[in-house]
Amino acid sequence: MRTFWQRGGKSFLFLLFLFILWEVLVRLTETPKWLLPAPSDVLKEATVGFDTFSGHIFPTISLALIGLVIGSSVGLIIAIILYRLPKVNELFYPLLILSQNIPTIVLAPLLIIWFGFGMLPKLIVISLVCFFPIVVASMDGFRQTAPELKHYMQMVGASRRQIFWKLEFPHSLPSIFSGLKIAATYSVMGAVISEWLGAKAGVGVYMTLAQSSFRIDRVFLAIFFIMLLSVILFGVIRLIEKLLVKGRNEGA
Amino acid sequence: MLLNINKLNKTFGDLHVLKDINLTVNEGEFVAILGPSGSGKSTLFQLIGGNQIPDQGEIFLNDELINGKKGFISYMPQQPSLFPWRTVLENVVLAAELKGKPNYEEAKQWLAKVGLADFENSYPIELSGGMKQRVSFIRALLSKQNLLCLDEPFSALDEFTRLKMQKWLLSVWEENRKSILFITHSIEEAIFLADRIYILSKRPAEIKAEIKVPFSRPRDERLLESSEFFTLKQEIFQYIREEITE
Ligand SMILES: Nc1ncnc2c1ncn2[C@@H]1O[C@H](COP(=O)(O)OP(=O)(O)OP(=O)(O)O)[C@@H](O)[C@H]1O
Ligand SMILES: [Mg+2]
Repeated sequence: MRTFWQRGGKSFLFLLFLFILWEVLVRLTETPKWLLPAPSDVLKEATVGFDTFSGHIFPTISLALIGLVIGSSVGLIIAIILYRLPKVNELFYPLLILSQNIPTIVLAPLLIIWFGFGMLPKLIVISLVCFFPIVVASMDGFRQTAPELKHYMQMVGASRRQIFWKLEFPHSLPSIFSGLKIAATYSVMGAVISEWLGAKAGVGVYMTLAQSSFRIDRVFLAIFFIMLLSVILFGVIRLIEKLLVKGRNEGA
Repeated sequence: MLLNINKLNKTFGDLHVLKDINLTVNEGEFVAILGPSGSGKSTLFQLIGGNQIPDQGEIFLNDELINGKKGFISYMPQQPSLFPWRTVLENVVLAAELKGKPNYEEAKQWLAKVGLADFENSYPIELSGGMKQRVSFIRALLSKQNLLCLDEPFSALDEFTRLKMQKWLLSVWEENRKSILFITHSIEEAIFLADRIYILSKRPAEIKAEIKVPFSRPRDERLLESSEFFTLKQEIFQYIREEITE
């Protein structure tokens, strides 16, 4: 834990340094606020303009979270099916990889035409960006099960089902969590992007409004908020991982 | 007769690994298999465990043919192979768990008996090599099969721990007297522990000799220094020398 703070502390100081540099440069060059606001301007907007912003926070958070949960669950189920049924895997895995070459963003307008401006098309977009990292990470985890443990299970007569649920699945938890961390950042991004395409409220909407009225300070406020949200989500997942993954070497 | 192996042959592609192996283990007997590295000792266990199917020959356990059938033996591998996310207690019941509801009370009693009571809720990462092997052995014991197959369980340990573990195994076995089939490539270990020793040749492995170990039980490490022990060791070494010259 202490090493974590030492490392985290260093990054934090460096980040602070960058912000100060940014502040100083903007002031020295007298860059106009509509082109690039100083961090202090963004901070001021965060307090003064909080009422304008606050209504947009909750919709984005709930959208990202629900999307993440759906996307990860679907991803995990698909991974389990593909791993346990090699025939299905042969057929679908290449297609799955191919499908990732379609940028999800171009699907978004289509989904809106089909499903309207409600929650559903947005959740589909987020789930689509979230599930892939989970599938890949889980499959890798299942495959990388320690061979001597698998050999032991076979020797004592475990069924395939027992080998999967007692060995391969718990063994791959760290892997699944790495996938989950990537998916979490994607989910916030996916939520904001899907809001750009049309929503009543949300950080994405706030950003579009700010952009069209040249309130760059608000755009930056939104960006900082998105970063913060991603970091918090990452931290929460890390915490759950610590609680669930036991008896292994502490990873970084 | 508990285990009866009859004319067993196994090849992997062009590699003839086991050739006409005949072998028996009686009820309550401690039998060691001594053979050079790569001769096919682990393969023999794979066949008994049903994880591989023999090309020819039969394996009978209690007069039942078990060629290719799994789940009839208790097994302790060369590496402890404990599950890192399970506590010691959860690990020792693993093999029993595959067959039904494990008996946690009995598991705890065994852990206490082998001095691991304080480690019930520890994870394997917190244990020393010798402790892990004890856990692995209790896990095999608790699975309640009649035949216990141990594949070089102590070969990864240092000399001091190994002798300690051999004595420990003997003391546990005196109380329990389960039939044991024990693979090793240490002559001393085989003599010290077993009632009977099969010596395997190099690949393709045949039974080169079968030796009865005449020493009475319970045994302790004074046996290791006796002249009878030394004579038997010499005798066995003759067979092994034939395998390494040629
Ligand atoms: N599944 C397999 N497929 C192909 N070859 C195998 C397989 N299992 C074992 N072998 C080969 O059979 C031979 C005997 O292997 P085995 O593991 O039984 O030896 P061993 O006597 O246990 O050796 P050691 O003392 O080093 O453990 C080796 O040459 C090995 O490469
Ligand atoms: Mg071996």
